[in-house]
Amino acid sequence: MADQPTPLERFIQGILPENPVYRQLLGLCPVLAVSNGLKPAITMSVAVAFVLLGANVLISLIRNLLKPHLRIVIFTLTIATFVTLADRFLAAYVYQMSKTLGPYIPLIIVNCIIICRCEVCASKQSVFAAASDAIGQSLGFALALSSIAVVREILGTGMLFGLRVLPTAWPDWVIMILPPGAFLTLGLLLGVINWIDSYKSKKSRSS
Amino acid sequence: MVENKQKTESVQKASGSAVQVAPSPHLSSSSLTTQRMMLDVIIALLPVILTALYVFQWYAVKQLFICVASCLTAETLFMKMRNKPFSLNDYSATVTGLILALSLPGTAPWYVGVIASFVAIGIGKVIFGGLGMNIFNPAMVGRAFVMLAFASTLGASGYEDVTSAVNAITQATPMTVFKQAGIIAPLSDLFWGLSNGSLGETSAIASIIGGFYLCIRRTASWEIPASVIIVTAILGGIVNLINPQLEWTVLHHMFGGALLFGAFFIATDPVTSPLTTRGKFIFGAGVGAFIMLLRLFSGYPEGVMFAVLLMNALTPLINNWTIPRPLGKLLEP
Repeated sequence: MADQPTPLERFIQGILPENPVYRQLLGLCPVLAVSNGLKPAITMSVAVAFVLLGANVLISLIRNLLKPHLRIVIFTLTIATFVTLADRFLAAYVYQMSKTLGPYIPLIIVNCIIICRCEVCASKQSVFAAASDAIGQSLGFALALSSIAVVREILGTGMLFGLRVLPTAWPDWVIMILPPGAFLTLGLLLGVINWIDSYKSKKSRSS
Repeated sequence: MVENKQKTESVQKASGSAVQVAPSPHLSSSSLTTQRMMLDVIIALLPVILTALYVFQWYAVKQLFICVASCLTAETLFMKMRNKPFSLNDYSATVTGLILALSLPGTAPWYVGVIASFVAIGIGKVIFGGLGMNIFNPAMVGRAFVMLAFASTLGASGYEDVTSAVNAITQATPMTVFKQAGIIAPLSDLFWGLSNGSLGETSAIASIIGGFYLCIRRTASWEIPASVIIVTAILGGIVNLINPQLEWTVLHHMFGGALLFGAFFIATDPVTSPLTTRGKFIFGAGVGAFIMLLRLFSGYPEGVMFAVLLMNALTPLINNWTIPRPLGKLLEP
């Protein structure tokens, strides 16, 4: 398959050019739900990275055995296996965080980032390419999730990672840690990224 | 075919200066500009502003100044960011700032006004494409944002400052007192506006004077405030009939809180309310019903802001429902 991107390309594309949140607008449910603090955001990113890597590698290994009409079922089963692993692991070792994240860890099963990567990359390319794709996409997801979480946590509580970064006189913007804050932050950051993009392309066109 | 088209185009170009073709209306009044409407709103707000200055003194001066200044700054900044023409001279940002300030408590700290103004202009208006494009009333978007963000300073307790030198501010607002303790404020206080509350909402008479001016000048459509008030009166009347011993009467519902200010100045925003007469009645009725629903059954003492925002969201739908039937068009089977 000559037209498929190389592993390195896959890796780089996942981080910014094809960022799962800011470019593909995938997996918005966890992005909106768990981005009210940096700690849950990073835990979520790690869980997604684990599931994505596991699912991508496994699908890539069995890609020649996949029957086209059954592939979605196989994807879902594979993803569900890894999600269950991640969920039980979190519940066993970081119980409090697992409580905080609530249903959003099991909900990774229906996260479209993972099934999209299985379909687009892992079911067509070698294990190495699939793994680098998974890592790139997870980094992109982690980047997006933590950027939103940083904005929301700082404005909403004046703290970052549970540590105070703004003076205590800071009036907490409670709305930022409520659901509307998630939508506003995502929209505004999306706008900022599009703005930077259009600025860049304008610059490159004029030069 | 292509040749034909080119020919007509060239003909059009040649005759472009001779015959001007423009869509109707052909006889439009040049005095009906945004600028004139906004000036009218400012004039109509004068009684409200003067009452606020009289009752709340420095608190009102401070809040009005902060909100108007930040709204103008935000408008300049955001319009520049979007490469849109300079737009301060249509006074729309000034009006947003004034209404926003009048809907905030005088005791609110300075940053509340600044943040509310930037949210109002930025997220409430410019993001949608500037004046005339916004779905929600900008001032109310800003107020809703700060209300959710700083619940402690804008909640019921935020209005009260026992140590204040201004008399009105040392008491809780009449709506809160009623909600929490069941104490009824005298009707005359609500009417003349000598009680505590958001800057512009305290005086019923000031809102009525300004509102009548707006309706007579046709800057605001009378249908909206009329239906808001009628529906509130009907619902308040039903409540009174069910509980006749209740001393918070229909008139208390009308004169208390931001009902009249909201009905005349906030709900009538021509951008965010329906275009058709029937639509305006539906809109006003919806606002009135939501206000009573929120006042009677929610935890908030007042519901004008949320009622207006909810009905703003329904405005496109109402417009769609009430498209007038052109003369001679058959009814759909």
